[in-house]
Amino acid sequence: MDFYRIAWLIPILPLIGSFLVLFIGKRTPGRGAPIAILGVAASLLLSLGVFFEMIGGRGVYEREWHWLSIGPAELGIGVRVDGLASVMFVVVTVVSLAVHVYSMGYMHGDKRYTWYFAALSLFTGSMLNLVVAPNLIQLLVGWELVGICSYLLIGHWWEEKANSDAAIKAFITTKSGDVGFVLGVALLFGATHTFNMREIQELAVAGEIPRALVTAGAVLLFFGAIGKSAQFPLHVWLPDAMAGPTPVSALIHAATMVTAGVYMVARLFELFASSGAALKEVALVGAVTMLIAALLAMVQDDIKKVLAYSTISQLAYMMAGVGLGGPAAGVFHLYTQGFTKSLLFLGAGSLIHAVHSNNLSEMGGLRRVMPVTYATFLVGTLGMAGIPPLASFWSKDEIIGAAARAGGGVGQVVFVAAVVTAFLTAFYMGRALFLAFEGEYRGHGHPEESPPVMTGPLVVLAVLAAVAGLVGAPFVGAFSRWLEGAGAEAHPVEPGVLALSVGVAVLGLLAAWRVYGRGAPARDPTLSLGFLTRVLVNKYYLDDLYLKGIVRPVQYPVARAVYWTNQRILDGAVNGAAILARVFSRFLYDTVDQLGVDGAVNGAGRLVGGLGRALRALQWGRVQRYAAAALAGAAVLALLALLKV
Amino acid sequence: MSLPLHFPLVLAAALFALGAYAVVARRNGVLVLMGVELMLNAVNLNLVSFWAYLRDSLLAGQVFALFVVAVAAAEVGVGLAIVILLFRTRETASFEEADLFRW
Repeated sequence: MDFYRIAWLIPILPLIGSFLVLFIGKRTPGRGAPIAILGVAASLLLSLGVFFEMIGGRGVYEREWHWLSIGPAELGIGVRVDGLASVMFVVVTVVSLAVHVYSMGYMHGDKRYTWYFAALSLFTGSMLNLVVAPNLIQLLVGWELVGICSYLLIGHWWEEKANSDAAIKAFITTKSGDVGFVLGVALLFGATHTFNMREIQELAVAGEIPRALVTAGAVLLFFGAIGKSAQFPLHVWLPDAMAGPTPVSALIHAATMVTAGVYMVARLFELFASSGAALKEVALVGAVTMLIAALLAMVQDDIKKVLAYSTISQLAYMMAGVGLGGPAAGVFHLYTQGFTKSLLFLGAGSLIHAVHSNNLSEMGGLRRVMPVTYATFLVGTLGMAGIPPLASFWSKDEIIGAAARAGGGVGQVVFVAAVVTAFLTAFYMGRALFLAFEGEYRGHGHPEESPPVMTGPLVVLAVLAAVAGLVGAPFVGAFSRWLEGAGAEAHPVEPGVLALSVGVAVLGLLAAWRVYGRGAPARDPTLSLGFLTRVLVNKYYLDDLYLKGIVRPVQYPVARAVYWTNQRILDGAVNGAAILARVFSRFLYDTVDQLGVDGAVNGAGRLVGGLGRALRALQWGRVQRYAAAALAGAAVLALLALLKV
Repeated sequence: MSLPLHFPLVLAAALFALGAYAVVARRNGVLVLMGVELMLNAVNLNLVSFWAYLRDSLLAGQVFALFVVAVAAAEVGVGLAIVILLFRTRETASFEEADLFRW
């Protein structure tokens, strides 16, 4: 079967599922969830077909159908299937299916259950469209669609103001990065007169575009990635996005949407590479972000926020990996993290479901009551920390190795940041694990293990998080062949780097065990670091800075301007139209209806009445008068006959 | 030798005019019916006069006159019955007051 040729179905199926759920979901058994799951499952099967064909050595398949013409340029809509796309298909559909199934348990009884599944499927379809896109416009369409789905799902419980605030913050923050993205698309189109990414990159590699334009375009596009992938300084939206339901966090804010930025940089890698400066910027932003996010994760009490900062930090790893080691290194981490991070989020969801609180301070001792959740969470934690042979270990090692090989100023900065982050990651993941599962239970009620519909996806993802990384292990090296073609150089195992990365991971876990291993200490050491703790708890005061420095000065004038526009122009137009309509309808009523139509009707009635009244006078009722009239008539007729008229 | 045609015709016309006057102007129902008889007999006189003048072998004028006499008898029978009923119910034979069907 030729799966590449029907790859266009992959994004379509979940979209169809979404619309079906939206329109008929409420009236079907299971309130729409089975339809959504069916759509995603079909998409997963096709993705696996494409994936195995790709492993079989099939090259790039690109097909564009004409959409519209812009001057001399053509804009198409189509598919591009290659190693990168096939890997993304599998990550997106596997995690999406797991999350769909898990959500049946997690969202059970939610009042917007059907709507939730429609949005989840819509998101999946949009993300797959983003992945399959062969041109920048189709990519942008997917990019914005996933943004709006993220907004909808973060604000799923919008009745609480904090949740709708978080949704708006996520939307606007990523949107401010998207401004750069759109400008970048426009700039590149201006320089090349095409939206097709392959053609743009070929032109950039051939040196047909001025170097400065390439750099400017790439940096502008990267702004979009900074927003979407929550990189410093636009990372502030992601922790707040945890206001959404936990499965949403697992799908959108850990495994798929936030990786769109990394995917975009990998997809346009040759463009970024033709401008060395842009690629260095990517790596440096990654280095800064991974450190600051890892530090923030240390002081969080909310388990989802720990994972959110961890996501930011790992996305930064991917960025640094793409920046220094090429698309294979970054996307490999994306691929392993997709499974590991969604596993951890779904595990956290299982915990939250059981104790009805997000806070680590209200958990503890859950190892005994929730064995499946514990086992899977343990796999995720060890993977995140970077313990071999779990999936994340291989990808993390690949990135640290790439940084070591890259050398130079940027390479050294990234290397140091990555190693320190690896230690911090092991520590905060250990902290979360021990605080949640060890010691005494500190919350309320009697927590119980989650239903099989929730633990099932956990087990599946745990298996994947454990073994999925082997395909990219240095002694296999298949992953870089998939992404970079058969000629990809295999990186030798570097014992020094390997030892260092495993060493810091073990050290971090041991440190966490030493402090938290027997349950929560009376004083959490990460919260007793004086000034440092204060800075971290306040998130480097970045939120305050944005709020006081940007939002407030902009908000009120903009709000006033919008209000003025609304009152004067929009309302004016609306009211004007209304007045016009009133005058017209008054005319219609008074003149056309009352005078014209009613006049005709009443006139006909009056005419008949008048005639009747006039003729009534003839109806004397006197026999003799009738006889007289008859005689008179006969006389007249006789007269006429006589006169021969 | 014979009577000129216009003599009986003038007499018939006078009779008809008298009958018509009675039908239109008299109030008593019985007199109105008598007016009708006068008009019918004027017609009979006409029919007979024209027969005498034309002498047709079918005797149509005379036969028609006999028909008219028969019909006039029937008409008077019905008319008098109406007048009697009117008198019984309204205690008057005046056609002036017989106006119940008037609007």
